[in-house]
Amino acid sequence: MFDTFTLARLPEADEDLRAQVRDLVARHVAGLPADRRARSWQGFDADFSRALGAAGLLGLTLPKRYGGQERGPFARFVVVEELLSAGAPVAAHWIADRQSAPLILNFGTPEQAERYIPAICRGEALFCIGMSEPGAGSDLAGVRTRAERTEKGWVVNGQKIWTTNSLHSDFMIALVRTSGSPEDRHAGLSQLIIDLKAPGVTIRPIVDLTGDAHFAEVFFDNVELAADALIGEEGQGWRQVVAELAFERSGPERIYSSVVLLDAWIAHLQAAGRRDCAGLVGQLTAELATLRAMSIACTARLAAGESPVVEASIVKDRGTGFEQLLPQVIGDDLAAHPDEPVSAELYRTLLYVTHIAPSFSLRGGTREILRGIIARGMGLR
Amino acid sequence: MDDLLEPFARLLDDVAAVRAWEAGAPCDDAWAAITDSGFLDALVAEAQGGAGLTLAQIEPLVRAIGARALPLPIAETMVARALLADAGVAAPAGPIVLASGAWPVPGALLASHAIVAGTEGLRLVALDGQREPTGVHGSLAARIAADAPGVALPPAPLRAMAAVLRAGLIAGAAERLTELSADYANTRVQFGKPIGRQQALQQMLSVMAEDMIATRIAAQLGMAAWPDVAIPAAATAKITASAAAARLAASAHAVHGAIGIAEEHDLNLLTRAIHAWRLADGSEGYWSAQLGAARLGSNQASVDWLRGEVFA
Repeated sequence: MFDTFTLARLPEADEDLRAQVRDLVARHVAGLPADRRARSWQGFDADFSRALGAAGLLGLTLPKRYGGQERGPFARFVVVEELLSAGAPVAAHWIADRQSAPLILNFGTPEQAERYIPAICRGEALFCIGMSEPGAGSDLAGVRTRAERTEKGWVVNGQKIWTTNSLHSDFMIALVRTSGSPEDRHAGLSQLIIDLKAPGVTIRPIVDLTGDAHFAEVFFDNVELAADALIGEEGQGWRQVVAELAFERSGPERIYSSVVLLDAWIAHLQAAGRRDCAGLVGQLTAELATLRAMSIACTARLAAGESPVVEASIVKDRGTGFEQLLPQVIGDDLAAHPDEPVSAELYRTLLYVTHIAPSFSLRGGTREILRGIIARGMGLR
Repeated sequence: MDDLLEPFARLLDDVAAVRAWEAGAPCDDAWAAITDSGFLDALVAEAQGGAGLTLAQIEPLVRAIGARALPLPIAETMVARALLADAGVAAPAGPIVLASGAWPVPGALLASHAIVAGTEGLRLVALDGQREPTGVHGSLAARIAADAPGVALPPAPLRAMAAVLRAGLIAGAAERLTELSADYANTRVQFGKPIGRQQALQQMLSVMAEDMIATRIAAQLGMAAWPDVAIPAAATAKITASAAAARLAASAHAVHGAIGIAEEHDLNLLTRAIHAWRLADGSEGYWSAQLGAARLGSNQASVDWLRGEVFA
């Protein structure tokens, strides 16, 4: 079962990217406290993203003719791993680099690729994903935002919600209904690139339980778009979204969301001279190592040109489970020593990760949906 | 690699007689066939008359043994014969187990010899009179005296070597347990439909698949280096495999219901084997303490430490 999902190695040639990333990270991130760095891929810093683009560290999987580096998924893994390990603020370019550019490359026209991908590679075109709606969460067939054809192109009406980084983004790739109704399920869905500065777009931030406002509601009131806003084929939006989600679910960001907390805790144990929790440290270290090997194995399937939907679901489900376990067991360990002082920074980091952790298994597909995908891959149903 | 695995898997299917061995039948004919196949010297250097393969190359063979829940110490004998060849000690003809501590050694009742890690280093020990059955129903494990006399051997990380083999065996058993459970869930009908259509079952089976894949990849990580099996990678392999083993056995039984408990159903061959391998050569708790102590000795970030120590 899943016979090609086996140990793979990062090519030596891609390891040389680490020094370059470290150099940039040291200049932009070193001074940030752990509770800021723990925000990692929700931390927004457009200057940092542009600096990465200028250094050739974005668009690593994309063709050179569109400003990419043409180095492949392993190179991207190395760069992303370095950024997440350091807790660098990567939100600005994250979605564009990870999934919007590959989507445009795979399904868009050469003109669309020419218009958007070079800007993405420079860290200058920021994208968000318009999938969820008030009535369509896990069940995206329930999408009701509509795009009607006009003489000049499209007119869009409807609403998206929980749209990460939409407030700071330039464009949204939205899943909309271009024909039929929710009763038609996945038929009649299409993907459009929406310029978020177009008249009729209203973005209302939603503050989350940590006090951040990384996601928002986005309203479309007769938003007029040119005909070439359509990405790929009309009516094929669902198939394109499934391919896109394999990119979203397979990366190392699905194992490292709590790694800043893990490192802060280990530093605390070392400073306190405490060794009574070596077993827990070892258990968590082994799981991180196994997840890293699984994530590299999944990256190898991407590098082989596959769309590893089931493999990515396996890594994401197990990875987010680990990310959520960390604040739970680290909180227990620290509070099991109530007479041992914990720094304000570590305490804030612990509570930030504790509070945001439920989102890890919601964003990009819930645990229950992923397990349904894995079950289908096993031949069940 | 299929050139290696396919004939080996055929050989295992030809010789396997687990129930007969557990009932006390000898394994001499099976062992003769395995010896004739030449696989036992897979890890012995070519200059010493072996195939000169690495542990990573025979990893699929170890999984094939695990998938059949074979108690014969074939993988252990491959490692033992490589250690003996390096030491210039003639290998005995029979099966050899690796005894890395005081815990009962799986398959020891089928073995003629053991490499024993005693207080004064490694020794090759002939097992006549040196082993004590456990009394567990069907078990071919036995305790081997740590001070048993034998031929002294040069130092080697015996427990880590044994641990990565256990992880590979667990990975093989995990694959078979997951397949059997998915098949059963697709065919067993209750409430008018296959039980595999119940979301509760699908959720449990998908977690089994995750544990199976994690164990496979962690075991491959543990077996990546040879002959210098690295302690942090071995620890990672055994921690992941042993922790998953208990969950996999529990879930497989939960899916199968009462029939899986019946002795005549093959499920228990796999679940008894996977529990024995989980507990042998250090459980997840033992290796977690080892790995954690090593990790706490470094002030590197976790990703850097893993890259240097586990993925070296």
